[in-house]
Amino acid sequence: MNDAPVTAPTTIPQAAPPRAAALALGDDALVLSHRLGEWAGHAPVLEEEVALANIALDLLGQARILLSLVGDEDELAYLREERTFRNLQLVEQPNGDFAHTIARQLYFSTYQLFLYRQLAAGDSAFTGLAAKAVKEVAYHQDHAEHWTLRLGDGTAESHERMARACGALWRFTGEMFEPVEGLEVDWPALEDSWRASVTGVLERATLTLPEGPRSGAWRAGAGRQGLHTEPFGPMLAEMQHLHRSHPGASW
Amino acid sequence: METTAEGFEAGFDAAVAADERIEPRDWMPEAYRASLVRQIAQHAHSEIIGMQPEANWITRAPSLRRKAILMAKVQDEAGHGLYLYSAAETLGTGREELLDKLHTGRQKYSSIFNYPTLTWADVGAIGWLVDGAAITNQVPLCRCSYGPYARAMVRICKEESFHQRQGYELLLALSNGTPAQHDMAQDAVNRWWWPSLMMFGPPDDESAHSAQSMAWKIKRHSNDELRRRFVDICVPQAEALGLTLPDPDLRWNEERGRHDFGAIDWAEFREVLKGNGPCNEQRITQRRRAHEEGAWVRDAAAAYATKRAADGAAAEDGIRMMEATA
Repeated sequence: MNDAPVTAPTTIPQAAPPRAAALALGDDALVLSHRLGEWAGHAPVLEEEVALANIALDLLGQARILLSLVGDEDELAYLREERTFRNLQLVEQPNGDFAHTIARQLYFSTYQLFLYRQLAAGDSAFTGLAAKAVKEVAYHQDHAEHWTLRLGDGTAESHERMARACGALWRFTGEMFEPVEGLEVDWPALEDSWRASVTGVLERATLTLPEGPRSGAWRAGAGRQGLHTEPFGPMLAEMQHLHRSHPGASW
Repeated sequence: METTAEGFEAGFDAAVAADERIEPRDWMPEAYRASLVRQIAQHAHSEIIGMQPEANWITRAPSLRRKAILMAKVQDEAGHGLYLYSAAETLGTGREELLDKLHTGRQKYSSIFNYPTLTWADVGAIGWLVDGAAITNQVPLCRCSYGPYARAMVRICKEESFHQRQGYELLLALSNGTPAQHDMAQDAVNRWWWPSLMMFGPPDDESAHSAQSMAWKIKRHSNDELRRRFVDICVPQAEALGLTLPDPDLRWNEERGRHDFGAIDWAEFREVLKGNGPCNEQRITQRRRAHEEGAWVRDAAAAYATKRAADGAAAEDGIRMMEATA
């Protein structure tokens, strides 16, 4: 553990690069991986059991590397409370139906793809990691894109469900472009690339980019500041329960 | 070779006798085909129902390393299900038809997956004992007379052996951990030991399909023989783990050079097979629900693929979703 230990669950980490940045990216990957893990045994077709687990594993791998840059991965994952997690609100949203999960994947994997491309091209503590992860993320984006096309341009029911899912998650997308301390990223360019890509996919899927606000009315950086949505607490309770029940144990 | 029915049958018998592989286009007796479809389908079903007891712990895995291992394992099981449905399809059936038989109770899956995973240690006990029993059963299937099944088993056994070692290592960490962790490990082994022995099926004198399967070289060893092998393998492993096996009659028999062990509760086995085990209802309900709730997704994929085929762009969308709803 570095300068600001997080062994005490209520300690809010001090923002010092790359710590804040590693936590933000690591928590995104950790939390989305957990949500995808909830699909195991519930997917609509066996190929998707494999694909969703594969994406979840990639993300968990990213999370483990990123959290290890900050401290002990298990202390960080299992012993922090909601207010000290730095993930986007988007990734903590419940799975909902398959369209909801795919819309969340489309928004997030597109963000991650352009973000990691920038990081891979730069020269920072994240360059090596981003260069490796960008290959995984390109697969995630491709998977989300293809399912968006199938669902959007499939049947009337799937079109309706996909449109509803894209609309419901839209308000969590603005947060992705709030600058993160310690990340050398051209945020306006990132937002432009993201919007162009998502718009293109949705149009090909016979869907339209949702309108309306892209953030909650009272947000202040929201997830990146540790302000989360209600479903996040129960998710953490489930994730952390066993680890917290055996303090100090090794697994 | 004569092209009469007798000629085909003689050719098949000779191939089996010579330990040659029977391939999908070869002639085979209808009963051989039906027996393989039944066995491979039930094997495939066991892989996908078997995801549930372990997936039950993915969201609660106590470390990120263990979580990654468990996710990878459950993913492998889905992959094994896919290999096995493909192998079954070479015999002229379809995945959708087989799934329908599973969902309506006309085909079975392994009795073991009707037991609940009550603690984290159960994940380790499943890896060590359940995967261990599966490997003992499946390694001889790598030499099974039907080529596609034998080749699927080669791939599956490699991955299963890896899972089994991970399960053992999980239990070892618990057994050497805190007293509470050690107790958790022992409790899991106590609950999974006997159901694991039941995985080898009924005793030889009650096994309906055994004699014919052995004659056809689908099976290579009897249920009781494989069960005895498994016990002999597990006893020293339990000692190395620092855990006991819940059988007061288990002891080394110097004369036979093997372990003697206590009587299996076959009444419980029959009840579980009949659908009255602790989780039968839950397992099949979850499987059916996943399938039913996924119907609109498969319909969407099929509709999209049809549109793209009409556009002449079918090759771009190479997934097999169309078959799933055909």
